[in-house]
Amino acid sequence: MSSRERILGRVRRALAGVPEDGTPYERAVARGYLREHGRRTTGQTVDLLAENLADYRAIVHRSDAAGLAGLVARLLAARGASSVLVPPGLDEDWLASTEVTRVADRAESTPGELDRVDSVVTACALAVAETGTIVLDGSPDQGRRRITLVPDHHICVVRVPDQVVASVPQALERLDPARPLTWISGPSATSDIELDRVEGVHGPRTLEVVLVG
Amino acid sequence: MSGTFVGMPAFPEAARDAVHDTTLRGNLRHATHTIRAKRASAVAELSDWAELREAGKRIKDHTLRHLDRYLEQLEESVTAAGGTVHWATDADEANRIVAGLVKATGESEVVKVKSMATQEIGLNEALEAEGIRAYETDLAELIVQLGKDRPSHILVPAIHRNRGEIREIFAREMSEWGRPAPEGLTDTPAELAEAARRHLREKFLRAKVGVSGANFMVAETGTLVVVESEGNGRMCLTLPETLISVVGIEKVVPAWRDLEVFLQTLPRSSTAERMNPYTSTWTGTTDEDGPRTFHLVLLDNGRTDTLADEVGRQALRCIRCSACLNVCPVYERAGGHAYGSVYPGPIGAILSPQLRGTGSEIDASLPYASSLCGACYDVCPVAIDIPEVLVHLRERVVEGGRVTRAGNKVVLQPAKGHAAERAAMRAARWAFTHPGVLRTGQRLASRTRRLHPRSLPGPGRAWSGTRDLPPVPAEPFRDWWQRMRGGDGEKGAAG
Repeated sequence: MSSRERILGRVRRALAGVPEDGTPYERAVARGYLREHGRRTTGQTVDLLAENLADYRAIVHRSDAAGLAGLVARLLAARGASSVLVPPGLDEDWLASTEVTRVADRAESTPGELDRVDSVVTACALAVAETGTIVLDGSPDQGRRRITLVPDHHICVVRVPDQVVASVPQALERLDPARPLTWISGPSATSDIELDRVEGVHGPRTLEVVLVG
Repeated sequence: MSGTFVGMPAFPEAARDAVHDTTLRGNLRHATHTIRAKRASAVAELSDWAELREAGKRIKDHTLRHLDRYLEQLEESVTAAGGTVHWATDADEANRIVAGLVKATGESEVVKVKSMATQEIGLNEALEAEGIRAYETDLAELIVQLGKDRPSHILVPAIHRNRGEIREIFAREMSEWGRPAPEGLTDTPAELAEAARRHLREKFLRAKVGVSGANFMVAETGTLVVVESEGNGRMCLTLPETLISVVGIEKVVPAWRDLEVFLQTLPRSSTAERMNPYTSTWTGTTDEDGPRTFHLVLLDNGRTDTLADEVGRQALRCIRCSACLNVCPVYERAGGHAYGSVYPGPIGAILSPQLRGTGSEIDASLPYASSLCGACYDVCPVAIDIPEVLVHLRERVVEGGRVTRAGNKVVLQPAKGHAAERAAMRAARWAFTHPGVLRTGQRLASRTRRLHPRSLPGPGRAWSGTRDLPPVPAEPFRDWWQRMRGGDGEKGAAG
């Protein structure tokens, strides 16, 4: 007998005494919880996103479409970045004002090569206001998962209000589970020393979020 | 479970040592009190917490009720997404599978994401025996590994260490394992985190094999979820060419949608955050992004035995948040090591004796490692009634009875050492079913009350060593009642 058969057999024997329950999944779980906490206007939802991002030490900027390239250029300059990783589908206009060396997101790059790049600029799939979270789904304007992980400085552009949802339930509805997802809430942190939060471990230690709209 | 814990003394003995360690007491008190208040306010932000808790409980119960079906569905979806599924009945089999998979890659080292399942099976030691070095990359796991220590908390395995101790471990041990700690390292948490970042970075960048657990597996889509803070998880999940995830079979949930409950309740319950810094989800493999090969090892190791227990099976709802540890007055004083398992605290007291059976001294003592105050049940985000299971397991230890071990039904003998308790209970039952005897006994006790000792003799000595004996009233209640109500009460009392 294979271990698979053995484990499934044990499960069935363990449940043999439990009364038959034909309730389908859809009705087995009472979902009395909220789809969104509180009522907000679109503007208020975007404000809440900004507030919660900042609460977990992300640096939040606001811009309109026309000012974006200038802002990104200033952020890279202020950081002293000499190179920036660029996902293949990133809007070219966003980097139109910077002279920083562009490094393409390529499958052949080794992690060591990525480690020598200063910054990365990406878009996102969506952002969650209630939790201050941005979600990346590996689309062409966000690139492979590792490019937002190895460099120490991540600039993420969120189109507001279109890409902002209020809550976790609303986020999951809009995301595709088949894509590899990365949910990011503030820069890398740890609670491992005396259960108190310290920012800055393995992921980017500086996370800048630009709300464009 | 892990060989590290073999031969542990019973809980009271281990706890006695721990409560006399003032550094440990101070560290635990500081950490648990810090997190308690924060958790309470993170939970209070959600007005529908009770509904989320109930939904989490129902999702898990429904899944466990149909666990065979959901495991088969999960296997199908993971396979369809490009992963390979393995099944392991116990720790040895899981370790053999993982060691075999690592060897097949030709590599002799792996980087690890913090995972309770791999700690439970003692994977690192098993790999070491096969010539494979496993590097723990979670900060707290790193502290434990470098300090040749044992984990003492589910979420923060090095909770028993304060910043000064961590500094010393880093300064002393890092050079043994790779990049040494920087000169003049101080004990500020930010500097310690920086030292860990530098020490581990070279390992991440050269790693070819990653080993992880998972917080959730979605049957419908074949998606695995890892919830973390530091980014070490993302490193292990995306940089290596091969990813091996070892996950307990109870971690499956039916649908993608179910994550909307747990991604709200887990971070708030564990680190008291609205959301943890990083959550990764992956479904099989993705072309040119992340590992090319993905193996999922589904682990039983006592879980199906736990599932067979009508009362105890609710422990399988656990999402390993560790809120119950942080509020527990016993854990706060005794620390995690006294529980003799990678699962300490209230959840450990009901999980370990079910996963491992109550055969060893430590496991038979764990159901008693509680004052039954119920704080653990109050904070549990999946509403596990831990006190109920504790009492149930105490009964099993004392009375014995039918249990399932390694898939077989066996009859457990009553434990030795509870003979006096059983005799006392038998005597009480006899007295309560013979009202005349009870009345005579009570009157006798009242008349001799001035002669009663303040503690019990013989086998009762240990019990009364930490408790006051209840004072016996001058007159039994039933006599008082009869005297005051002129006998009217007798019928009522008898009825």
